[in-house]
Amino acid sequence: MARIGVFVCQCGNNIEGTVDTKKVAEEAQKLPGVVYSRNYKFMCSSPGQEMLKEAIKKHRLDGVLVSACSPHMHEKTFRKASDAAGLNPFRCEMANIREQCSWVHHDRTKKTGTVKGNDLTRMAIERLKRNRPLKKINIPVTRRALVIGGGIAGIQAALDIAEGGREVILVEREPSIGGNMARLSETFPTMDCSQCILTPKMVEVELNEKIKLYAYSEVEKVDGYIGNFTVRIRRKAKYVDEDLCTGCGECIEKCPFKAGSEFELGLTSRKVIYTPFPQSVPNIPVIDAPNCPKFQKDKCGACAVVCGPKAIDFKQKDTVVEEKVGAVVVATGYQMMPNERFGEYGYGRFKDVISGMQFERLASSSGPTGGEIRRPSDGKVPETVVFIQCVGSRDEAKGVSYCSKVCCMYTAKHTMLFRHKVKSGQAYVFYMDIRAGGKRYEEFVRKAIEKDGAMYLRGRVSRVYEKDGKVVVCGADTLSNSQVEIEADMVVLATAVVSRKGSDGLARTIGIGSDRHGFYNEYHPKLKPVETVNAGIYLAGACMGPMDIPESVNMGSAAAGKVLGLFSSEEMAREPIVANVNERVCNACWDCVVACPYSAIERFTVKNGQGDVMGMHAKVNEGVCQGCGVCVAACRSKAIDLAGYTDEQVFAAINAF
Amino acid sequence: MMKIPYYPGCTLNTVAKGLDTSARESAAALGFEMEELKGWNCCGAAFPLTPDNLIGLTAPAKVLLNAKKEGGGSVMTLCSVCYNVLKRTNRVLRDDKEKRSIVTGFIEEDYDGSIDVIHYLEVLRDRVGFEKIKEAVKRPLKGIRAGAYYGCMLLRPFKEMGIDDHEAPTIMEGLLRALGCEAVDFPDKAECCGAHLAMTRTDIVERLSGNVMRSAAGRGAELIVTSCPLCQYNLEKSQKKTLEETPGYREVPVVYFTQLLGLALGQDEDTLGLGKNLWDIRPLLKSKGV
Repeated sequence: MARIGVFVCQCGNNIEGTVDTKKVAEEAQKLPGVVYSRNYKFMCSSPGQEMLKEAIKKHRLDGVLVSACSPHMHEKTFRKASDAAGLNPFRCEMANIREQCSWVHHDRTKKTGTVKGNDLTRMAIERLKRNRPLKKINIPVTRRALVIGGGIAGIQAALDIAEGGREVILVEREPSIGGNMARLSETFPTMDCSQCILTPKMVEVELNEKIKLYAYSEVEKVDGYIGNFTVRIRRKAKYVDEDLCTGCGECIEKCPFKAGSEFELGLTSRKVIYTPFPQSVPNIPVIDAPNCPKFQKDKCGACAVVCGPKAIDFKQKDTVVEEKVGAVVVATGYQMMPNERFGEYGYGRFKDVISGMQFERLASSSGPTGGEIRRPSDGKVPETVVFIQCVGSRDEAKGVSYCSKVCCMYTAKHTMLFRHKVKSGQAYVFYMDIRAGGKRYEEFVRKAIEKDGAMYLRGRVSRVYEKDGKVVVCGADTLSNSQVEIEADMVVLATAVVSRKGSDGLARTIGIGSDRHGFYNEYHPKLKPVETVNAGIYLAGACMGPMDIPESVNMGSAAAGKVLGLFSSEEMAREPIVANVNERVCNACWDCVVACPYSAIERFTVKNGQGDVMGMHAKVNEGVCQGCGVCVAACRSKAIDLAGYTDEQVFAAINAF
Repeated sequence: MMKIPYYPGCTLNTVAKGLDTSARESAAALGFEMEELKGWNCCGAAFPLTPDNLIGLTAPAKVLLNAKKEGGGSVMTLCSVCYNVLKRTNRVLRDDKEKRSIVTGFIEEDYDGSIDVIHYLEVLRDRVGFEKIKEAVKRPLKGIRAGAYYGCMLLRPFKEMGIDDHEAPTIMEGLLRALGCEAVDFPDKAECCGAHLAMTRTDIVERLSGNVMRSAAGRGAELIVTSCPLCQYNLEKSQKKTLEETPGYREVPVVYFTQLLGLALGQDEDTLGLGKNLWDIRPLLKSKGV
């Protein structure tokens, strides 16, 4: 016979106001198996906990039921107290007679509340009788992290993890780390040069011994679970031997062929053997094989001839490496929406209609014009520039429903940069609302308007057309209720920030969720902002949604903090609330495998000593299982049970009702 | 010979006869036949802009129902307004079961929106192909600078019409080039001409159509093609005022794209209805030696 102790909490007047706790304790005492029962003012207080511990010892209790608040509130408290008194913590249960009883009833005679309090307590006792003692699951942790994406968020995460003394593998798809931030000219609201603050961090990544950088590589597969991931990384052929290359740049210098520069967004061209920009990390060029005559027609090969250390290797192939890591930080960033979708603005048809990112390159001292604002069509310095905000953002019909968040700020910055470089220039901005929430952001926009004379027009642009070497912008100024037509020399579109093409594919590869826009889902938008549903995988930066530099850095550091927390010991303890498969009953229909949202169930083949296949059954990976119970519901043969929530327990509780 | 069910609409039977005859002649030359629906009525001439005005859907629903009964699986129009009204009505009846059942109550027969509403231009582009038209041209319109005017009805709302990019359409330019013309791009080619205000506020029509014509003429267009009888009327008529007001402005003939197509395919000028236009394009053709 069980030896159960029941403790009914008054919670001051919170419970006692509508539930007669003394009566509930007396009723419980009458149930078979209950050897001790009482009520108390505050069970969660120190004396309350002491009382519980003493009772366990004195009455040799093998189970404890606390009828009190929600288990979310104090289950941990009472399980800890039970553990301290030598009782398996999973033999301690709670019945919620506060949130689900006293708080929702107003009967001051305590009649209804007491009846329901009795019911809930009785049900929980029957459940408790069938509770098996459970042990926390210990899983080993590989204390090494993978960071996917070498933009500012990924760089920050990698540096912080390395700073914490753990190894990091940083995978970057492009030939250099730096991401979109490397493209920017100055940054709001402080107007410091983007590359000047970014490149020291890039160099730090290269010099840090704890960081292994795989540039020009892509993550192909992530297997395993928290603490124990196996990652497959494809290292794309650079056709340059990394160990031999000294980064002298002679090959780039001598290469006679050119192709459009991705880094400069088509504003200029680069050589066919190239690094994206002069400060690239690693400073190792790659050959753009589809545009290289050596690969297409077996001609040229000038780079190989001039290379001193003979690092050029036209026969190089992609290689695949496997790495074991304990945690993954996804920081794959964003891209800009293709502007061609907006025919009314003429992007792609008119040379002098450019995107905001292209303007960054025009304004950047390392850009194609050396930092002078010159329009693409004829290289003239523009006198009048029109900036159009919300191109695609906040536009459910043709673009995306959300606000891209950074455009108001960077457009204000653009108008300032333009005015600083072209003193006689006039900037016009068409906007819907100015969203400048952030430290010193509003002041920044005011400065653009008041000091640098940007003309802000509240309204949308209907159409842009070319006329006599000008770009005419027709729009509405809703504040003066008039239609305006501006003959501009150049038009800059503040295009929407969207998720990276193929982001949903990566989400599937690594088992995390993404929203309808392709941005990755955090576990909880407020309280778990860098975690994902897949334990051990964290997010950072604009892969979660539009984000500016400070926010991306915050997220990068936050994710690193989570990783370092996980890496604080060699093993991690997990709650043992996981699914168990009864192998003898399982008929291997695999419904559970399909149903499991965490990919925690595998198809297991049973073999005998000779290696003959004896049968198959489902097997739960305790490291991955989150105890949601979906598989239990899906299992036709009733072969799966959830520890702590077995069918037997649930039915016993229902029967006691 | 490919047969395509054809809905002419009222205007093409009366004042825009040239659009109808030139299209039929050209179709024959290009190897397809426009088979006029046996029973048809007015399309209603305006798609109702209030969502609960379902009575406006009954006339087009009847047209579509007849077209379905006659069994072609699709119906082709030439007039931009008919195209707009029929295509949008068809979509409502296909996607909105509730509205469909109310309309059924009125017309006393059920129509499910299952046929396709297509435009003559789509047939030229997608079924015949501009390349084939180019080969069929007997009288290349070399040296003629023609502007294509789309107006609103052919293109908008873009999610429902979908014939071309509504902000920067190119389908008619493609045709013009196939006929040997030089296609003149002008910024106002998809702006409104003033439409029905021709009856009540001619001043507005004169302003809007005047803008379109000045914009086209400014880019050197010597003639304008359109697919809409109302646009054709407005653009032509408003020029009287433009001529008075704008020094140096010279009249620009406005014809249906099918009339130009017919010319290039070597049709008899008399059957194309060119004489009905306010300004004849024949002197222009002559001056270019076409």
